Amino acid sequence: MSIWEYANPKKFMALSAGALPWTVGLTVLLLATGLVWGFFFTPDDYRQGSTVKIIYLHVPAAMMAINAWIMMLVTSLIWIIRRHHVSALAAKAAAPVGLTFTLVALVTGALWGQPMWGTWWAWDPRLTSFLILTLFYLGYIALWAAIEDPDTAADLTSILCLVGSVFALLSRYAVNFWNQGLHQGASLSLDKQENVADVFWLPLVVSIAGFILLFFTMVLLRTRTEIRSRRLKALLARERVA
Amino acid sequence: MMPELGKYAGAVLGSYAATAVLIAGLVGLTLWQSVRMKRALAEAEARLGDK
Repeated sequence: MSIWEYANPKKFMALSAGALPWTVGLTVLLLATGLVWGFFFTPDDYRQGSTVKIIYLHVPAAMMAINAWIMMLVTSLIWIIRRHHVSALAAKAAAPVGLTFTLVALVTGALWGQPMWGTWWAWDPRLTSFLILTLFYLGYIALWAAIEDPDTAADLTSILCLVGSVFALLSRYAVNFWNQGLHQGASLSLDKQENVADVFWLPLVVSIAGFILLFFTMVLLRTRTEIRSRRLKALLARERVA
Repeated sequence: MMPELGKYAGAVLGSYAATAVLIAGLVGLTLWQSVRMKRALAEAEARLGDK
């Protein structure tokens, strides 16, 4: 059996209908566990005080803001190369989810930055590339809404997604490229020395898993809606011709 | 039960409140669009005798 069989809308609808109850349940379980653990049962940081509790929202949201765009890049490439409609619709479905995570990262970052850095905002490499990524998300959503023909919209938004990927990667690696600015390095790293302390690390990992599943669940639900919308348009077009 | 957040209470609680509002908005919009589209498609399929 090939993975491309799931690009068939009927197969995708059947598979996602079976998967959704599980992903919803796991999302609620992991988010509740990670956030309650992090908020109520972890100590304050010796430098950042209680603001360290923002890490359980800010880091997962920022990670998923970038990863959502990477997922859109992969599905856009699949659309460009193999012309599978479900992949184009999955990219379209992921954009509002990615935008929401980007906004969460920006808002929680500002609220965290004010007491720690003394400012809500700085034209720091990571913050600036994140703001540009937000604008790309808005542009991507607007482009889908502006073009009537779905295949043309999928083509043009895929190209925009390729261009925006530069900023998604910059958002991820800005701290490494330009070793300057206010934003600190990665909170999670393969290098144990760079990681956050163990007491914060475990609930953070659970929160990240919750955010990943929230993204997955939202994209599944939204892709199903997009597939239905496409079928409705086809039926209405047939009705007009008849 | 509520942890002592000290002088950073505004920043911490504000972050959780803003995130809750944004995520609830996304989930609410997604569910509303899903229900609306499901209903519209069911009506069209019933009207056209197409399943």
